[in-house]
Amino acid sequence: MAHDSSDTPVVAHVDHTSMGIEKEHPTWSTYWKVAVILTLITVVEVWIYYIPSFVASRLFVPSLLIMSAVKFVTVVLFYMHLRYDHKLFRVLFTGPLIIAMTTLIGLMFLFGKLSLRVGALN
Amino acid sequence: MAHAAAIHSAHDDSHGGHPPTSTGLDNKKIAIWAFIGSECMLFASLISTYLIYKGRSVVGPYPHEVCGPPVCATVLKPILNIPVTSASTFVLLMSSLAMVLALAAVEMKDQPAPTTFGQKILRSSKLWLWMTALLGTTFLGFQAFEFTSFVHEGLTIKTNLFGSSFFTLTGFHGAHVTAGVLWLLTLLAIDYRRGLGPKDALNVDLAALYWHFVDVVWIAIFTLVYLIK
Repeated sequence: MAHDSSDTPVVAHVDHTSMGIEKEHPTWSTYWKVAVILTLITVVEVWIYYIPSFVASRLFVPSLLIMSAVKFVTVVLFYMHLRYDHKLFRVLFTGPLIIAMTTLIGLMFLFGKLSLRVGALN
Repeated sequence: MAHAAAIHSAHDDSHGGHPPTSTGLDNKKIAIWAFIGSECMLFASLISTYLIYKGRSVVGPYPHEVCGPPVCATVLKPILNIPVTSASTFVLLMSSLAMVLALAAVEMKDQPAPTTFGQKILRSSKLWLWMTALLGTTFLGFQAFEFTSFVHEGLTIKTNLFGSSFFTLTGFHGAHVTAGVLWLLTLLAIDYRRGLGPKDALNVDLAALYWHFVDVVWIAIFTLVYLIK
């Protein structure tokens, strides 16, 4: 990989290949926008925590989980650059993550924290 | 033979003194992603343990409001302090922003000198590394405050199932943040000694990946432990 090339002024010495950078990383403005989005989601999470009627509703837990998942994915894609880097890194991260999530959900069923309403429609 | 040696030498130069890998990717970056994958499973097991034991403590203090005996004659006060934890969550999120700006600053070191004040700020790797370490330390301060107040209110790791699983989970996370702060301080020491440049981008990237992972773990903990009642 060429390092010192006069026609590549931006980040000329960063070894993109060995770092697994496939697409150019985002700019500073993107990072700031992501930070604002993360902050806003956190504010909404805390805000709904203090609305008793919403806490009592069925939407409370799913909405918190969705917002948390959005924050998680946003940080992983933009700050950890998984959206821009080599697909091997995606495999190395999502593989164990899927195993971990499956184990967690399995344990929740096993210990009665989650249950399927079999025959609920009868 | 001489030709092969020359090719090998050229490869050595292009990979910072290391021979090329079969994937073309640096082994250190593959290793940190594999490590992060294994850490996912560690924290999933700790979070699972917390969730399984949730609501099964025989004695208080409890994390959220509960009806006291006889049925709701009194409502027992929750021990979790959501405003404080929300502030510490915000601090950790901002530390991730500072970290990604530190990496960008290191990658941009060989560009023409910044002309405006804003550019100077954005190109200062020392500033952003300091900011990240400081925000990480602030988060640890919030955690120390929380742990201390819990102990004063009678909740220790031995009190009940909630205490055991809560302190183990958040304690492990705090230990990871501490390791991250120490890693950042070593990067800062290198930056002050010889300056971090684009050739060090990979090493800063490794620290950044670890730091962001610690952040995403907290995103999960904040929702599952603190917000969901």
